[in-house]
Amino acid sequence: MQYTVDARGRSCPEPVILTRQALADKSIKQLTVLVDAAVARENVTRTLLQATGKQPQIKETSAGEWEISIKL
Amino acid sequence: MNGERRRIIGAGLLVGLLGVVLVLLGNPKNMGACVACFLRDIAGALGLHRAAAVQNLRLEIPGFILGSFLAALAFKEFRPRGGSSPILRFFMGAMVSIGALVFLGCPLRMVLRLAAGDLNALVGLLGFSSGIAVGIYFLKKGFSLGRSYPQTKVTGSAGPAFAIFLVILAVAAPAFLLRSESGPGSMSAPLIYSLGAGLLIGAVAQRTRLCMVGGIRDMIMFKDSHLLSGFAAIFVVALVGNLLTGNFNLGFAEQPIAHSNHFYNYLGMLTVGLGAALLGGCPLRQLILAGEGDSDAMVTVMGLMLGAATAHNFGLAASATGVPVNGQIANWVVLALLVVIGLGAREAISVKRSATKSTGKEVSA
Repeated sequence: MQYTVDARGRSCPEPVILTRQALADKSIKQLTVLVDAAVARENVTRTLLQATGKQPQIKETSAGEWEISIKL
Repeated sequence: MNGERRRIIGAGLLVGLLGVVLVLLGNPKNMGACVACFLRDIAGALGLHRAAAVQNLRLEIPGFILGSFLAALAFKEFRPRGGSSPILRFFMGAMVSIGALVFLGCPLRMVLRLAAGDLNALVGLLGFSSGIAVGIYFLKKGFSLGRSYPQTKVTGSAGPAFAIFLVILAVAAPAFLLRSESGPGSMSAPLIYSLGAGLLIGAVAQRTRLCMVGGIRDMIMFKDSHLLSGFAAIFVVALVGNLLTGNFNLGFAEQPIAHSNHFYNYLGMLTVGLGAALLGGCPLRQLILAGEGDSDAMVTVMGLMLGAATAHNFGLAASATGVPVNGQIANWVVLALLVVIGLGAREAISVKRSATKSTGKEVSA
Protein backbone atom coordinates (compact mmCIF):
# COMPACT_ATOMS: atom_id res chain seq x y z
CA MET A 1 0.00 0.00 0.00
CA GLN A 2 0.89 3.65 -0.31
CA TYR A 3 1.76 5.34 2.97
CA THR A 4 2.52 8.95 3.85
CA VAL A 5 4.50 10.05 6.86
CA ASP A 6 3.91 13.68 7.79
CA ALA A 7 7.14 14.71 9.50
CA ARG A 8 6.66 18.44 8.96
CA GLY A 9 7.57 20.61 11.94
CA ARG A 10 9.14 17.73 13.87
CA SER A 11 12.39 18.10 15.83
CA CYS A 12 15.31 15.74 15.32
CA PRO A 13 15.24 12.76 15.33
CA GLU A 14 11.48 12.32 14.96
CA PRO A 15 11.39 12.43 11.12
CA VAL A 16 13.93 9.58 11.00
CA ILE A 17 12.11 7.55 13.69
CA LEU A 18 8.81 7.89 11.80
CA THR A 19 10.50 6.95 8.52
CA ARG A 20 12.12 3.87 10.04
CA GLN A 21 8.82 2.79 11.58
CA ALA A 22 7.24 2.96 8.14
CA LEU A 23 10.16 1.04 6.60
CA ALA A 24 9.61 -1.76 9.15
CA ASP A 25 6.04 -2.24 7.92
CA LYS A 26 6.39 -4.71 5.05
CA SER A 27 2.89 -4.03 3.71
CA ILE A 28 4.01 -0.55 2.60
CA LYS A 29 5.14 -0.61 -1.05
CA GLN A 30 5.26 3.10 -1.78
CA LEU A 31 6.46 5.45 0.95
CA THR A 32 6.23 9.24 0.93
CA VAL A 33 7.70 11.40 3.68
CA LEU A 34 6.73 15.07 3.98
CA VAL A 35 9.34 17.35 5.55
CA ASP A 36 9.71 21.11 5.91
CA ALA A 37 13.31 21.49 7.01
CA ALA A 38 16.50 20.96 5.04
CA VAL A 39 18.03 18.95 7.88
CA ALA A 40 15.04 16.58 7.95
CA ARG A 41 15.21 16.26 4.15
CA GLU A 42 18.88 15.25 4.35
CA ASN A 43 18.39 12.86 7.27
CA VAL A 44 15.34 11.14 5.78
CA THR A 45 17.03 10.85 2.37
CA ARG A 46 20.14 9.35 3.97
CA THR A 47 18.01 6.92 6.01
CA LEU A 48 16.08 5.75 2.93
CA LEU A 49 19.25 5.40 0.88
CA GLN A 50 21.00 3.38 3.60
CA ALA A 51 17.97 1.16 4.24
CA THR A 52 17.06 0.38 0.63
CA GLY A 53 20.18 1.10 -1.39
CA LYS A 54 18.00 3.17 -3.71
CA GLN A 55 18.04 6.93 -4.19
CA PRO A 56 14.65 8.35 -3.18
CA GLN A 57 12.88 10.94 -5.32
CA ILE A 58 12.76 14.42 -3.84
CA LYS A 59 10.21 16.97 -4.96
CA GLU A 60 9.99 20.50 -3.58
CA THR A 61 6.24 20.99 -3.28
CA SER A 62 6.45 24.59 -2.09
CA ALA A 63 9.23 26.84 -0.80
CA GLY A 64 10.88 24.89 2.01
CA GLU A 65 8.60 21.84 1.82
CA TRP A 66 9.62 18.56 0.28
CA GLU A 67 8.03 15.26 -0.64
CA ILE A 68 10.49 12.38 -0.47
CA SER A 69 9.20 9.21 -2.10
CA ILE A 70 10.54 5.74 -2.64
CA LYS A 71 9.23 2.42 -3.98
CA LEU A 72 9.87 -0.41 -1.53
CA MET B 1 33.97 9.31 1.96
CA ASN B 2 31.07 11.34 0.55
CA GLY B 3 30.81 15.13 0.42
CA GLU B 4 28.42 15.41 3.35
CA ARG B 5 30.79 13.44 5.54
CA ARG B 6 33.80 15.51 4.45
CA ARG B 7 31.94 18.70 5.27
CA ILE B 8 30.96 17.66 8.80
CA ILE B 9 34.52 16.55 9.55
CA GLY B 10 35.77 19.88 8.18
CA ALA B 11 33.33 21.71 10.46
CA GLY B 12 34.55 19.71 13.46
CA LEU B 13 38.15 20.51 12.59
CA LEU B 14 37.38 24.23 12.41
CA VAL B 15 35.46 24.25 15.71
CA GLY B 16 38.26 22.34 17.47
CA LEU B 17 40.89 24.66 16.03
CA LEU B 18 39.02 27.83 17.00
CA GLY B 19 38.44 26.32 20.47
CA VAL B 20 42.22 26.16 20.96
CA VAL B 21 42.92 29.52 19.30
CA LEU B 22 40.34 31.38 21.42
CA VAL B 23 42.13 30.15 24.57
CA LEU B 24 45.45 31.44 23.17
CA LEU B 25 43.72 34.78 22.50
CA GLY B 26 42.56 35.06 26.11
CA ASN B 27 39.51 32.88 26.82
CA PRO B 28 39.65 30.75 30.02
CA LYS B 29 41.46 27.42 29.78
CA ASN B 30 39.62 24.59 28.03
CA MET B 31 36.84 27.12 27.41
CA GLY B 32 37.58 28.31 23.89
CA ALA B 33 33.87 27.99 23.40
CA CYS B 34 31.29 26.74 25.88
CA VAL B 35 27.63 27.50 25.32
CA ALA B 36 26.51 26.93 28.93
CA CYS B 37 29.44 28.86 30.44
CA PHE B 38 29.14 31.76 28.03
CA LEU B 39 25.37 32.10 28.41
CA ARG B 40 26.03 32.17 32.16
CA ASP B 41 28.66 34.90 31.67
CA ILE B 42 26.23 36.90 29.51
CA ALA B 43 23.49 36.49 32.14
CA GLY B 44 26.02 37.83 34.66
CA ALA B 45 26.99 40.78 32.45
CA LEU B 46 23.30 41.71 32.16
CA GLY B 47 22.95 41.58 35.95
CA LEU B 48 20.70 38.51 35.99
CA HIS B 49 23.00 36.99 38.61
CA ARG B 50 25.63 38.50 40.91
CA ALA B 51 28.42 35.93 40.87
CA ALA B 52 31.28 38.40 40.42
CA ALA B 53 33.68 35.89 38.82
CA VAL B 54 31.46 35.01 35.86
CA GLN B 55 30.17 38.20 34.26
CA ASN B 56 31.19 38.99 30.70
CA LEU B 57 29.20 39.86 27.61
CA ARG B 58 30.94 37.34 25.37
CA LEU B 59 30.35 37.67 21.66
CA GLU B 60 30.88 34.02 20.68
CA ILE B 61 27.22 33.31 21.52
CA PRO B 62 25.64 36.10 19.43
CA GLY B 63 28.22 35.14 16.78
CA PHE B 64 26.86 31.57 16.64
CA ILE B 65 23.31 32.85 16.16
CA LEU B 66 24.26 35.47 13.57
CA GLY B 67 26.65 33.17 11.68
CA SER B 68 23.84 30.66 11.39
CA PHE B 69 21.39 33.42 10.43
CA LEU B 70 23.63 34.68 7.60
CA ALA B 71 24.36 31.16 6.32
CA ALA B 72 20.67 30.28 6.45
CA LEU B 73 19.78 33.45 4.51
CA ALA B 74 22.50 32.82 1.92
CA PHE B 75 21.35 29.23 1.34
CA LYS B 76 17.63 30.01 1.57
CA GLU B 77 17.21 27.98 4.74
CA PHE B 78 15.95 30.78 6.98
CA ARG B 79 12.57 29.47 7.97
CA PRO B 80 10.60 31.18 10.74
CA ARG B 81 8.87 28.47 12.75
CA GLY B 82 7.62 27.81 16.25
CA GLY B 83 4.88 26.47 18.43
CA SER B 84 6.35 23.14 19.55
CA SER B 85 5.80 23.28 23.32
CA PRO B 86 7.69 26.56 23.87
CA ILE B 87 7.14 26.74 27.63
CA LEU B 88 8.32 23.15 28.16
CA ARG B 89 11.38 23.88 26.03
CA PHE B 90 12.06 27.00 28.10
CA PHE B 91 12.12 25.07 31.38
CA MET B 92 13.98 22.13 29.84
CA GLY B 93 16.64 24.58 28.66
CA ALA B 94 16.96 25.82 32.26
CA MET B 95 17.29 22.23 33.49
CA VAL B 96 20.03 21.48 30.96
CA SER B 97 21.92 24.56 32.20
CA ILE B 98 21.71 23.42 35.81
CA GLY B 99 23.14 20.00 34.86
CA ALA B 100 25.85 21.64 32.75
CA LEU B 101 26.91 23.95 35.59
CA VAL B 102 27.11 21.02 38.01
CA PHE B 103 29.58 19.43 35.58
CA LEU B 104 31.05 22.79 34.50
CA GLY B 105 30.52 22.81 30.77
CA CYS B 106 28.21 22.13 27.88
CA PRO B 107 28.87 19.09 25.63
CA LEU B 108 31.21 21.21 23.48
CA ARG B 109 33.36 22.18 26.47
CA MET B 110 33.26 18.56 27.63
CA VAL B 111 35.01 17.58 24.39
CA LEU B 112 37.47 20.50 24.66
CA ARG B 113 38.25 19.50 28.28
CA LEU B 114 38.77 15.90 27.26
CA ALA B 115 41.10 17.03 24.47
CA ALA B 116 43.21 18.84 27.09
CA GLY B 117 43.61 15.63 29.11
CA ASP B 118 40.94 16.43 31.74
CA LEU B 119 39.72 12.92 32.61
CA ASN B 120 36.80 14.33 34.63
CA ALA B 121 35.33 15.06 31.21
CA LEU B 122 35.57 11.34 30.39
CA VAL B 123 33.30 10.70 33.38
CA GLY B 124 31.08 13.45 32.02
CA LEU B 125 31.05 11.81 28.58
CA LEU B 126 29.87 8.54 30.14
CA GLY B 127 27.08 10.44 31.90
CA PHE B 128 26.22 12.36 28.70
CA SER B 129 25.96 9.11 26.71
CA SER B 130 23.83 7.50 29.44
CA GLY B 131 21.49 10.49 29.43
CA ILE B 132 21.14 10.30 25.65
CA ALA B 133 20.39 6.56 25.95
CA VAL B 134 17.57 7.38 28.39
CA GLY B 135 16.32 10.07 26.01
CA ILE B 136 16.31 7.53 23.16
CA TYR B 137 14.21 5.21 25.31
CA PHE B 138 11.61 7.97 25.69
CA LEU B 139 11.79 8.88 21.98
CA LYS B 140 11.19 5.24 21.02
CA LYS B 141 8.22 5.18 23.40
CA GLY B 142 6.76 8.05 21.37
CA PHE B 143 8.04 11.12 23.23
CA SER B 144 7.38 14.30 21.28
CA LEU B 145 7.15 17.99 22.01
CA GLY B 146 4.71 18.25 19.11
CA ARG B 147 5.18 19.80 15.71
CA SER B 148 6.07 23.40 14.97
CA TYR B 149 4.34 25.59 12.39
CA PRO B 150 5.55 28.33 10.07
CA GLN B 151 5.61 31.76 11.70
CA THR B 152 6.03 35.31 10.48
CA LYS B 153 9.45 36.68 9.54
CA VAL B 154 9.22 38.98 12.57
CA THR B 155 8.96 35.98 14.93
CA GLY B 156 11.80 34.20 13.17
CA SER B 157 14.00 37.29 13.39
CA ALA B 158 13.61 37.73 17.14
CA GLY B 159 16.60 35.49 17.93
CA PRO B 160 18.99 37.15 15.47
CA ALA B 161 17.71 40.59 16.60
CA PHE B 162 18.50 39.74 20.22
CA ALA B 163 21.98 38.64 19.12
CA ILE B 164 22.51 42.00 17.35
CA PHE B 165 21.33 43.77 20.51
CA LEU B 166 23.99 41.91 22.52
CA VAL B 167 26.69 42.86 20.01
CA ILE B 168 25.66 46.54 20.22
CA LEU B 169 25.69 46.36 24.03
CA ALA B 170 29.15 44.78 24.08
CA VAL B 171 30.59 47.38 21.72
CA ALA B 172 28.90 50.36 23.40
CA ALA B 173 29.81 48.95 26.85
CA PRO B 174 27.41 51.06 28.92
CA ALA B 175 28.22 51.42 32.65
CA PHE B 176 25.36 49.14 33.73
CA LEU B 177 26.99 46.11 32.11
CA LEU B 178 28.85 44.03 34.70
CA ARG B 179 32.30 42.67 33.99
CA SER B 180 34.37 40.36 36.19
CA GLU B 181 37.63 41.79 37.49
CA SER B 182 38.99 38.37 38.37
CA GLY B 183 38.09 34.73 37.70
CA PRO B 184 37.01 33.14 34.41
CA GLY B 185 34.70 36.05 33.56
CA SER B 186 37.66 38.43 33.44
CA MET B 187 39.40 36.37 30.77
CA SER B 188 38.33 36.77 27.17
CA ALA B 189 39.66 37.07 23.67
CA PRO B 190 39.34 40.55 22.10
CA LEU B 191 35.72 41.24 21.07
CA ILE B 192 36.41 41.17 17.35
CA TYR B 193 37.98 37.70 17.53
CA SER B 194 35.20 36.36 19.76
CA LEU B 195 32.60 37.63 17.31
CA GLY B 196 34.54 36.47 14.25
CA ALA B 197 35.09 32.96 15.60
CA GLY B 198 31.45 32.82 16.65
CA LEU B 199 30.26 33.84 13.17
CA LEU B 200 32.49 31.24 11.50
CA ILE B 201 31.44 28.42 13.83
CA GLY B 202 27.80 29.47 13.53
CA ALA B 203 27.95 29.40 9.74
CA VAL B 204 29.68 26.03 9.40
CA ALA B 205 27.50 24.47 12.12
CA GLN B 206 24.42 25.67 10.24
CA ARG B 207 25.64 24.23 6.96
CA THR B 208 26.68 20.85 8.42
CA ARG B 209 24.08 20.46 11.24
CA LEU B 210 26.93 19.78 13.68
CA CYS B 211 25.42 18.59 16.98
CA MET B 212 27.06 17.00 19.99
CA VAL B 213 23.97 15.18 21.21
CA GLY B 214 23.02 14.15 17.68
CA GLY B 215 26.40 12.43 17.22
CA ILE B 216 25.93 10.01 20.08
CA ARG B 217 22.15 9.71 19.60
CA ASP B 218 22.35 8.70 15.93
CA MET B 219 25.15 6.25 16.68
CA ILE B 220 23.20 4.48 19.45
CA MET B 221 19.82 4.72 17.77
CA PHE B 222 20.52 4.21 14.08
CA LYS B 223 24.20 3.09 13.98
CA ASP B 224 24.69 6.25 11.91
CA SER B 225 28.13 7.76 12.52
CA HIS B 226 27.58 10.88 10.38
CA LEU B 227 27.25 13.49 13.15
CA LEU B 228 29.63 11.61 15.44
CA SER B 229 32.44 12.17 12.95
CA GLY B 230 32.10 15.94 13.52
CA PHE B 231 32.29 15.37 17.27
CA ALA B 232 35.42 13.20 16.82
CA ALA B 233 37.05 15.80 14.56
CA ILE B 234 36.66 18.51 17.23
CA PHE B 235 38.36 16.19 19.72
CA VAL B 236 41.26 15.24 17.46
CA VAL B 237 42.19 18.75 16.33
CA ALA B 238 41.82 20.21 19.84
CA LEU B 239 43.98 17.37 21.19
CA VAL B 240 46.72 18.10 18.67
CA GLY B 241 46.39 21.84 19.32
CA ASN B 242 46.65 21.36 23.08
CA LEU B 243 49.68 19.09 22.74
CA LEU B 244 51.42 21.65 20.50
CA THR B 245 50.64 24.62 22.77
CA GLY B 246 51.52 22.86 26.02
CA ASN B 247 47.96 22.91 27.33
CA PHE B 248 47.69 19.11 27.62
CA ASN B 249 47.73 17.76 31.16
CA LEU B 250 46.44 14.20 31.62
CA GLY B 251 44.67 13.39 34.87
CA PHE B 252 41.80 14.16 37.21
CA ALA B 253 43.44 16.61 39.62
CA GLU B 254 44.00 20.35 39.18
CA GLN B 255 42.23 20.68 35.86
CA PRO B 256 41.19 24.23 34.91
CA ILE B 257 37.65 25.18 35.98
CA ALA B 258 36.72 21.58 36.84
CA HIS B 259 36.16 19.41 39.90
CA SER B 260 36.67 15.71 40.55
CA ASN B 261 33.36 14.73 42.12
CA HIS B 262 32.92 11.75 39.79
CA PHE B 263 29.35 11.04 40.78
CA TYR B 264 28.11 14.55 40.05
CA ASN B 265 30.23 14.92 36.92
CA TYR B 266 28.38 11.84 35.72
CA LEU B 267 24.95 12.93 36.92
CA GLY B 268 25.31 16.52 35.69
CA MET B 269 26.13 15.41 32.15
CA LEU B 270 23.49 12.67 32.29
CA THR B 271 21.00 15.48 32.89
CA VAL B 272 22.41 17.44 29.94
CA GLY B 273 22.32 14.37 27.68
CA LEU B 274 18.74 13.52 28.57
CA GLY B 275 17.49 17.10 28.34
CA ALA B 276 19.26 17.81 25.06
CA ALA B 277 18.13 14.51 23.50
CA LEU B 278 14.51 15.40 24.34
CA LEU B 279 15.03 18.94 23.01
CA GLY B 280 16.36 17.53 19.73
CA GLY B 281 19.83 19.05 19.98
CA CYS B 282 22.71 20.20 22.16
CA PRO B 283 22.95 23.81 23.41
CA LEU B 284 25.14 24.76 20.40
CA ARG B 285 22.55 23.33 18.02
CA GLN B 286 19.80 25.34 19.76
CA LEU B 287 21.72 28.54 19.00
CA ILE B 288 22.14 27.49 15.37
CA LEU B 289 18.43 26.66 15.03
CA ALA B 290 17.59 30.02 16.62
CA GLY B 291 19.61 31.67 13.85
CA GLU B 292 17.63 29.73 11.23
CA GLY B 293 14.41 31.27 12.54
CA ASP B 294 13.35 28.49 14.94
CA SER B 295 11.69 30.51 17.70
CA ASP B 296 11.27 27.39 19.89
CA ALA B 297 15.05 26.99 19.87
CA MET B 298 15.41 30.68 20.81
CA VAL B 299 13.01 30.11 23.71
CA THR B 300 15.26 27.19 24.73
CA VAL B 301 18.29 29.52 24.62
CA MET B 302 16.51 31.99 26.91
CA GLY B 303 15.73 29.05 29.21
CA LEU B 304 19.41 28.05 29.20
CA MET B 305 20.24 31.62 30.24
CA LEU B 306 17.62 31.66 33.02
CA GLY B 307 18.89 28.29 34.28
CA ALA B 308 22.45 29.58 34.34
CA ALA B 309 21.44 32.71 36.25
CA THR B 310 19.40 30.62 38.69
CA ALA B 311 22.30 28.21 39.17
CA HIS B 312 24.37 31.11 40.49
CA ASN B 313 21.62 32.96 42.36
CA PHE B 314 20.67 29.80 44.27
CA GLY B 315 24.22 28.56 44.80
CA LEU B 316 23.78 25.48 42.60
CA ALA B 317 26.75 25.87 40.28
CA ALA B 318 29.88 23.84 40.92
CA SER B 319 33.35 25.36 41.18
CA ALA B 320 36.88 24.01 41.31
CA THR B 321 36.21 23.10 44.95
CA GLY B 322 33.28 20.82 44.10
CA VAL B 323 29.49 20.70 43.86
CA PRO B 324 27.58 22.56 46.61
CA VAL B 325 24.80 20.65 48.42
CA ASN B 326 22.20 22.94 46.81
CA GLY B 327 23.53 21.93 43.40
CA GLN B 328 23.39 18.23 44.25
CA ILE B 329 19.75 18.53 45.34
CA ALA B 330 18.85 20.67 42.31
CA ASN B 331 20.45 18.14 39.96
CA TRP B 332 18.23 15.34 41.31
CA VAL B 333 15.17 17.59 41.10
CA VAL B 334 15.71 18.60 37.47
CA LEU B 335 16.56 15.02 36.52
CA ALA B 336 13.29 13.84 38.06
CA LEU B 337 11.42 16.58 36.18
CA LEU B 338 13.03 15.56 32.88
CA VAL B 339 11.94 11.96 33.47
CA VAL B 340 8.40 13.14 34.15
CA ILE B 341 8.45 15.17 30.91
CA GLY B 342 9.98 12.23 29.01
CA LEU B 343 7.25 9.92 30.19
CA GLY B 344 4.44 12.43 29.96
CA ALA B 345 4.86 14.30 26.69
CA ARG B 346 3.88 11.74 24.10
CA GLU B 347 0.26 12.19 23.20
CA ALA B 348 0.75 14.46 20.23
CA ILE B 349 2.73 12.01 18.14
CA SER B 350 0.46 8.98 18.61
CA VAL B 351 -2.55 11.05 17.54
CA LYS B 352 -0.61 12.16 14.50
CA ARG B 353 0.43 8.62 13.53
CA SER B 354 -3.13 7.36 13.30
CA ALA B 355 -4.05 10.49 11.35
CA THR B 356 -1.36 9.92 8.69
CA LYS B 357 -2.23 6.25 8.44
CA SER B 358 -5.75 7.11 7.32
CA THR B 359 -4.38 9.71 4.88
CA GLY B 360 -2.11 7.05 3.43
CA LYS B 361 -5.01 4.69 2.84
CA GLU B 362 -7.14 7.34 1.23
CA VAL B 363 -4.44 8.03 -1.34
CA SER B 364 -4.18 4.35 -2.30
CA ALA B 365 -7.96 3.91 -2.50
